[in-house]
Amino acid sequence: MNALVLIMRREIRLALRQIGESAIIVLFFVLAAVLFPFGVGPEPNMLARIAPGVVWVTALLAAMLSFERLFTPDFEDGSLEQLALGPAPLEMIALAKAAAHWLTTGLPLMIAAPLIAVLYRLPDAGYGALMTTMALGTPTISLIGTVGAALTLGSRRGGVLLSLLVIPLIVPVLIFGTAAIDAAIGGIPVRQHLMLMGGFLLGALVLTPLATAAALRQALE
Amino acid sequence: MIQQYANPARFNRLAATLMPWFAWPAGVLIAVGLYFALFNSPPDYQQGDTVRIMYVHVPSAWMALFVYTSMAISSAVGLIWKHPLAHLSAQAAAPIGACFTFVCLLTGSLWGKPMWGTWWVWDARLTSVLILFFLYLGFMALQNAFDDPARGERSAAILAIIGFINVPIIKFSVDWWNTLHQPASVVKISGPAIHSSMLIPLFVMGVGFTLYFCALLLLRMKTLMLARRARGMSMAQLHQQASE
Repeated sequence: MNALVLIMRREIRLALRQIGESAIIVLFFVLAAVLFPFGVGPEPNMLARIAPGVVWVTALLAAMLSFERLFTPDFEDGSLEQLALGPAPLEMIALAKAAAHWLTTGLPLMIAAPLIAVLYRLPDAGYGALMTTMALGTPTISLIGTVGAALTLGSRRGGVLLSLLVIPLIVPVLIFGTAAIDAAIGGIPVRQHLMLMGGFLLGALVLTPLATAAALRQALE
Repeated sequence: MIQQYANPARFNRLAATLMPWFAWPAGVLIAVGLYFALFNSPPDYQQGDTVRIMYVHVPSAWMALFVYTSMAISSAVGLIWKHPLAHLSAQAAAPIGACFTFVCLLTGSLWGKPMWGTWWVWDARLTSVLILFFLYLGFMALQNAFDDPARGERSAAILAIIGFINVPIIKFSVDWWNTLHQPASVVKISGPAIHSSMLIPLFVMGVGFTLYFCALLLLRMKTLMLARRARGMSMAQLHQQASE
């Protein structure tokens, strides 16, 4: 447990020293979302209709950009090997990396999401569901993306390949995330969607550190 | 028994012996199945002759799942027991499975147009099969993404195992959600909901497709092995030239 906190503290300190990297992801999120009204036209009803989907899709794409740097610097300067040689199990390191990734990328995306929802005039009833689904969904994305980052570590054309691997696995989060917001706007119970998303999060919390650790072992072999 | 066939030469001999036993019955069964499917089975009382698409669509869908399952199992065997042929088998199976998935999506789309009035709907069954197709593509891309082929096949093996979670989702998608795609009608506890005049050609095609896959898998494994050896030999030659 101590190792978990130590690695997370290290990651967050590194992220804070290069605050620009997190900021640029959020900036991409906002910019990509701002593109849609130019593409589909500024008609308010339609924007309100597509708001949940746009927020979720652009958040996913923004997150994709952040995964490539998750392990690469540590892999290149050898500190990943040092971490692996240390007493902490690789699964713990994987979990700490994912948690730190969420704190430095997922959380900022979550904070920026209502801003985009305002630009899209999301109905008031949708905000609660938006924040809840983001709170449940972004950690899942961080966890699954960590697996992708570990699998593609040291490959040629890492970033595009990573997206190709991770996006299919993240589709359920997107489906239930937007469905919950739509249900909240329509006045239908959102409980089942949120419970499924909670289930995804718990499942990912248990399974992805194992997969990430296995992938890291292959990378370091 | 399994370890015995880790020897490539022994495996090659076994493959050469087994190949005709897969290839010929596959050809005969697919020919017979197609004859029954196209000429000697009744048209559906609602769908008319379009139902004949089923005899290709359903077996390809079975194969798409079967090949992925076999790929995930051989990946696991490769990672756990480090069996040298297991990764090769997964690598050989991936393009075949991707093709079956593609045929399944294509015939489904051709069937959907006259029946549902649309080439594509975003329902759970169709979407999960599309994701399966992307998983196949991701597996192949990841395998080829490293300078060290051994690293690529191990990473791809982990991906294949993770992606296996999609297989039960595809199977049960029609039960869990209300979909436009019809629910399971062949493998059911209450017995198949299809009349035997259609069920028998369907099974003939299914078995034919399976044997065809086995034959193709052996052929591809052999080819990959030869390609690997050819690469090794040319590397050795280069090495020799450099040292002279």
